Amino acid sequence: MDLKTLTFIVVGLSFALYIGVAIWARAGTTKEFYIAGGGVHPVINGMATAADWMSAASFISMAGLIAFLGYGGSVYLMGWTGGYVLLAVLLAPYLRKFGKFTVPEFIGDRYYSNAARIVAVICLIFISFTYVAGQMRGVGIVFSRFLEVDITTGLMVGMGLVFFYAVLGGMKGITYTQVAQYCVLIFAYTIPAVFISLQITGNPLPQLGLGGHMGDMGFLPKLDRVVTDLGFAKYTSGDKSMIDVFAITLALMAGTAGLPHVIVRFFTVPKVHDARVSAGWALVFIAILYTTAPAVGAMARYNLHTTVNTALASGGDVFAPEASIVGESRPEWMKRWEKTGLIRWDDKNGDGRIQYYNEKSKDAAFLAKAEAAGWKGNELGSDKKGEFDGKVDRDIMVLANPEIAGLPNWVIALVAAGGIAAALSTAAGLLLVISASISHDLMKGIFAKNISEKGELMAGRIAAAVAVMVAGYLGYNPPGFVAEVVAFAFGLACASLFPTIVLGIFNKKMNMQGAIAGMLTGLIFTLGYIIYFKGIFIEPMAKNEAANWLFGISPEGIGVVGALLNVTVAYIISKMTAPCPDHIQHLVEGIRYPRGAGAAQSH
Amino acid sequence: MSKPQSFDPKAYWSATLRLIVITLVIWFVVSFGAGILFRDALDGIHLGGYPLGFWFAQQGSIFVFVGLIFWYARRMDKIDRDFDVHEE
Repeated sequence: MDLKTLTFIVVGLSFALYIGVAIWARAGTTKEFYIAGGGVHPVINGMATAADWMSAASFISMAGLIAFLGYGGSVYLMGWTGGYVLLAVLLAPYLRKFGKFTVPEFIGDRYYSNAARIVAVICLIFISFTYVAGQMRGVGIVFSRFLEVDITTGLMVGMGLVFFYAVLGGMKGITYTQVAQYCVLIFAYTIPAVFISLQITGNPLPQLGLGGHMGDMGFLPKLDRVVTDLGFAKYTSGDKSMIDVFAITLALMAGTAGLPHVIVRFFTVPKVHDARVSAGWALVFIAILYTTAPAVGAMARYNLHTTVNTALASGGDVFAPEASIVGESRPEWMKRWEKTGLIRWDDKNGDGRIQYYNEKSKDAAFLAKAEAAGWKGNELGSDKKGEFDGKVDRDIMVLANPEIAGLPNWVIALVAAGGIAAALSTAAGLLLVISASISHDLMKGIFAKNISEKGELMAGRIAAAVAVMVAGYLGYNPPGFVAEVVAFAFGLACASLFPTIVLGIFNKKMNMQGAIAGMLTGLIFTLGYIIYFKGIFIEPMAKNEAANWLFGISPEGIGVVGALLNVTVAYIISKMTAPCPDHIQHLVEGIRYPRGAGAAQSH
Repeated sequence: MSKPQSFDPKAYWSATLRLIVITLVIWFVVSFGAGILFRDALDGIHLGGYPLGFWFAQQGSIFVFVGLIFWYARRMDKIDRDFDVHEE
């Protein structure tokens, strides 16, 4: 059976599974629609949270990021897992005790203010839409690359599927399809990793293989030698400054804990105790992928370099002409993926061989040797709108990984199904919080208070349907800055929602004025800083480089400063304005201990 | 069933805060400490084939986070029972 047919069958079977689960778990009430009825077992919720959280970026892009950043990639590994500790100890149990349906609802009630609730809805919608656009794009990319259908058809199929189970099933449908999707994606991720770890280091566990040995020397020292031989920075060191690594990691952690679609998952468990334990289970399921990713990245990088330059593996002369492989006889997978533009060979010196190295190396002796060998620039990159871009696309590290390692076709088909599962599960979770914030916070909560339960459920479904279509449009026609908006989503969650919720629980005197002023300060400062350097709707106003950054912190990490400003402003304003009313202070005391956490209430 | 007689919210909350602070100190030490601030020093030590600082940044911190959450949840359950505010 050829690869394409096999991929269609595997992806088709996974879709049939999701649809079956969605029909079995339809939502009939608003409580089922928003929080899956509130009776989800903590382990099941942990698994659903893992799928909810691990997006197309985690599945497709992260290992590639680590492959090219080396130690610098640690910011993603620590940042995207450490957030669960913050969630477990600072947010999840208290929000579960509060027992409502949405994040803006907590902020609105805690700060006795519809204005605060609306600001929270705005933050939520901005964070969630930027995220969901990337997911739909991921679905489209997987379809077009593995199944060779065009990206629009891929998007339509993805939208149809999400529409089906998010709109009909609500949180209940999403929860159980996410469990199925987790199983698909984790198998798809770990199976190729096990094979590759076995091939390179002889150890089937990638977590051990990365620290394992290859013949006479350790794998990591060998990889360090391979990359430095080509003029790149040492793999185990990386080249980001310490303060920036620190700030990015912290921003990703607090951002993770402040993401609404992750927080609401903890509203679905029966008890406060379950919310704490469930965060642990979520991280167990996430850690399986996150501790595998560094091995996938490092080994893919090793495979790529040693394939292109045959002298590297043995430590021979990398500059010898015959060390670089002949372009015409490059591996099949490279030719196949050239069609997608993710990889491209550009024979700059016309010798018919591929030289892949760091042409901007800081090692002057290396560059002199490269020039003496007749190398005229790095010849392996990707295709950006018809032009050679001197960087191999990082996504290829996961997508083409099974082919690079020569694994059987069914593994490749599984990777396609896994990428789609990762994207769909996250997209569904995001669409649900968007629709809940519109039907529950804006309509039921503020503008249409007398709406019936049936009417609210209908409004939620319509909002979800509209959100699916907007997401599909954004996926088809991404506003040209999808990569940048990821920094937005985390930075904004870190600077706006996270500190405001934490203050609401741990400082019972914090009042409405302080919270609103703090949220707006965090939001505007972070947004402004990112736009200043990245230029979203306008041209960047300054070059995005360390010399221009505030305290040497890049736009990816600036959410931390935004969060500090948020807290500072909130304190100052709250001291200057009317104190928080007594009944609210009692409410805060009430959410601090578990007893009496009944089922979540809609009123 | 006996009613909780004299629940002392202040004592309960300070016990909770103490546990939260301990948890967050460990969280900080294994990631920001071992993985970032003191990485260079730790890289001199090897764990299997891993430089120790690099291992904490890419593997170790994640394993500790997992254990830490379950440990916190268990300690929190004990505090809840001691103050008799646990759920039935």
